[in-house]
Amino acid sequence: MSGRTWRAATYGVPLAFLGLFFVYPLLSIFERGLRSDGSLASPLDVLTDPLTRDVVWFTIWQALASTALTFVVGLPAAYVLGRYSFPGRSLFRALVIIPFVLPTVIVALAFLAILPSGLERGWAPILIAHAFFNVAVVVLVVSTFWASLDRRVSEAAATLGAGPWRSFREVTLPLLAPSLAAAGAIVFLFSFTSFGIVLILGGPAYSTIEAEIYNQAVRIFDLRAAAILSFVQLLCVGLAVWVTLRLEARVGTSRSLRSEQDVLRPPRSARERTVVLGALGTLAVFLGLPLALLVERSLSVSGGYGFDAYRALSHPTSALLATPWEAVWNSIVYAAAATLIAVVVGGLAAFAVADSRGPRTLDVLLMLPLGASAVMLGFGFVIAFDRAPIDFRAAPWIVPVVQALVAIPFVVRIMAPTLRAIDERHREAAAVLGASPGRVRREIDLPIVGRALAVAAGFAFAISLGEFGATVFVARPDNPTLPVAIFRFLGRPGELNTAQAYALAVVLMGVTAASMFVVGRLRVQRQGWF
Amino acid sequence: MLQVEDVTVRFGEKVALDEVALEVARGEVLAVLGPSGSGKSTLLRVICGLQQPDDGCVLIDSEDITSSPPHRRGIGLVFQDHALFQHKDVAGNVGFGPRMRGDAPSGVARRVGELLDLVGLAGFEHRSVATLSGGEQQRVALARALAPEPRVLLLDEPLGSLDRRLRDRLLVDLGVLFAELDVTAIYVTHDQAEAFALGDRVAIMRAGQVVQHGTADELWAHPGDEDTARFLGLDNVRDGTVIRPEAITARRVEAGNPGDGVVERARRHGPTVHLTVRLDDGTLLDAAVTSLEHPATGERVSLEIDPEGVVRL
Repeated sequence: MSGRTWRAATYGVPLAFLGLFFVYPLLSIFERGLRSDGSLASPLDVLTDPLTRDVVWFTIWQALASTALTFVVGLPAAYVLGRYSFPGRSLFRALVIIPFVLPTVIVALAFLAILPSGLERGWAPILIAHAFFNVAVVVLVVSTFWASLDRRVSEAAATLGAGPWRSFREVTLPLLAPSLAAAGAIVFLFSFTSFGIVLILGGPAYSTIEAEIYNQAVRIFDLRAAAILSFVQLLCVGLAVWVTLRLEARVGTSRSLRSEQDVLRPPRSARERTVVLGALGTLAVFLGLPLALLVERSLSVSGGYGFDAYRALSHPTSALLATPWEAVWNSIVYAAAATLIAVVVGGLAAFAVADSRGPRTLDVLLMLPLGASAVMLGFGFVIAFDRAPIDFRAAPWIVPVVQALVAIPFVVRIMAPTLRAIDERHREAAAVLGASPGRVRREIDLPIVGRALAVAAGFAFAISLGEFGATVFVARPDNPTLPVAIFRFLGRPGELNTAQAYALAVVLMGVTAASMFVVGRLRVQRQGWF
Repeated sequence: MLQVEDVTVRFGEKVALDEVALEVARGEVLAVLGPSGSGKSTLLRVICGLQQPDDGCVLIDSEDITSSPPHRRGIGLVFQDHALFQHKDVAGNVGFGPRMRGDAPSGVARRVGELLDLVGLAGFEHRSVATLSGGEQQRVALARALAPEPRVLLLDEPLGSLDRRLRDRLLVDLGVLFAELDVTAIYVTHDQAEAFALGDRVAIMRAGQVVQHGTADELWAHPGDEDTARFLGLDNVRDGTVIRPEAITARRVEAGNPGDGVVERARRHGPTVHLTVRLDDGTLLDAAVTSLEHPATGERVSLEIDPEGVVRL
């Protein structure tokens, strides 16, 4: 493929895909929000509604509080992992990411399982679940950055008369600031757009913008209010994404030059060993206990333990128009298809974003879905593709496409840095040695991004498996996915229904863990917050 | 063989190359000597096609190749800091060019073996390039560039990142190799010792222009201007004349002789000792002496200048 055809493909395919499946639904939402009973109407009544005000206010403060709590939970471990080397350090870093890749439905269920009856719904469980879900971001981003900070800087401060606290505040903290800001912005963004956790743990009293869009669209069937709220969400998220990207760029540029091996050292005194064990042990319990109790609940039947809930998964149920095992199979097939779409479209987009000679303006468009929330995507699909000429509601590929939309920004963000990091001189060396432009991509770019591509595929698969916010809108009742099935079971009374929700959550956790295990075996230079 | 005709390259306002013209004959090694930022690397990038000139052209055997892409030029380039493919082993790096040329796998393997023999790395085929020392990486880079039998070989400060002792050894090896293979090459460096050691001819570049070229002896005998003289290490430039340091004899003053100045510094450079003498009029003069019994710092000396060593610019 010549350079020109290739470039046309790297821009054209993602732009066409995003144009049809992202921009068009967005415009449909916009149109729907400005129309009332067939004529133009001002959206002001919804915007000034006290309910809207309460929802926006709760969304903001819970996101801020969740971020603060995540730091409290994550910073001790980030410190320990960023300063000390010890056996099992990289294993711990690998395990800590598990909650982050778990579907939010599972996280919500785990806290339903662990919190005492009567306290399991409300704002506190939401904050704790957000901290559980996001703590990996703080631990990994901050510890990676910390481990690159030259120890001698603090030592220099000590020789100049600064005590440990003083040296931390005046030297370490300012150096660490970019990574704290970047991690904080990411956690804020995820908490802000949180859907599954809020929907399940919030109860009727607590709703974020994301959950309220779903309530208005699906439960109250006020599409206009849902559309207007979507635009409030788009504005807020767009702003938050912009800030996040700015902050991340700063982390990238201020990266110090020390390598981990020069910085990390084993804990020496008994006190240091206590600090390491204490910080990691506390975090391990915080992350492990809810998941362990989730498994326990799936096995508990009246008066004892057994596999009744799992056995029931193969029988038809009143909660679904399919057997639960069919939902498992649906999820795997859908996720595989979504992964294929996301890797092709996102991979091409990554090449476009990383191409330093390409037009910069298009990058913004390619990164746009980052600013869309999952619920908004799903809602957009429902109102954009529900009537002639484009009625896609019954199309079997609609679920994979919407899941791919959610996964594409992740694929781009995993692959683009690797592509950008390829030394231009390697391409030049290959060209001088006789490789044509297409051959250069095959010989130099592909092998280097091959692993990043595999990791991106793994993440895309895990994300698609657990995708809930968008899928819940487009999945047909006779073809539910796992998270949707779990949600349906939770909405039904009865011990067996609840136990089946837990059992399905354990199955979903197993499939997710298996796919992440495959990814974990591929060692790849981690970039940004992955 | 290779001709560069009036090549100009501009980066925005900055003129990186200003109507540069060069010619290299078959089997000749041209050293391009100049300080960093003088446009040496840009010149190489134009020749191998990685940079399009704004003006001028590049010819090989009288054929204009200015618009042909780098992979069809058959010009080899040894990059500064090597630019080895980190994702391939030594054989993968060296065999890359032959493979692009369409050689069969057996032919590629044979060629890799030949080249590794040539650069003294026989048996290194399956080593990862990350495990190699700086000197070994340099040799792999050279083998990689030579493997597809380029018509012209370009070398961009190939020894720049190596320590002095290693550099001296590789310099000798390179000289032997160039003679043995009869390669046509352009060797870019900022080090006059390297340029004089390897170049059949030397072109001096400054601020995007070739200011002078000739053999090492010609340049040393007749530097074109004061800057060139200084760049070659001839610091005794005054009033349009250059006094070669080896033409100055410095003796300790004896009774009755008032002398000409005081030794400010005496530094040994291998076989010679460089004396920096502060003359009574306040100016400085460099003298090179070979005897072990040389005047020391602080001693007063009388100077004698051999008129053969005085060059009018």
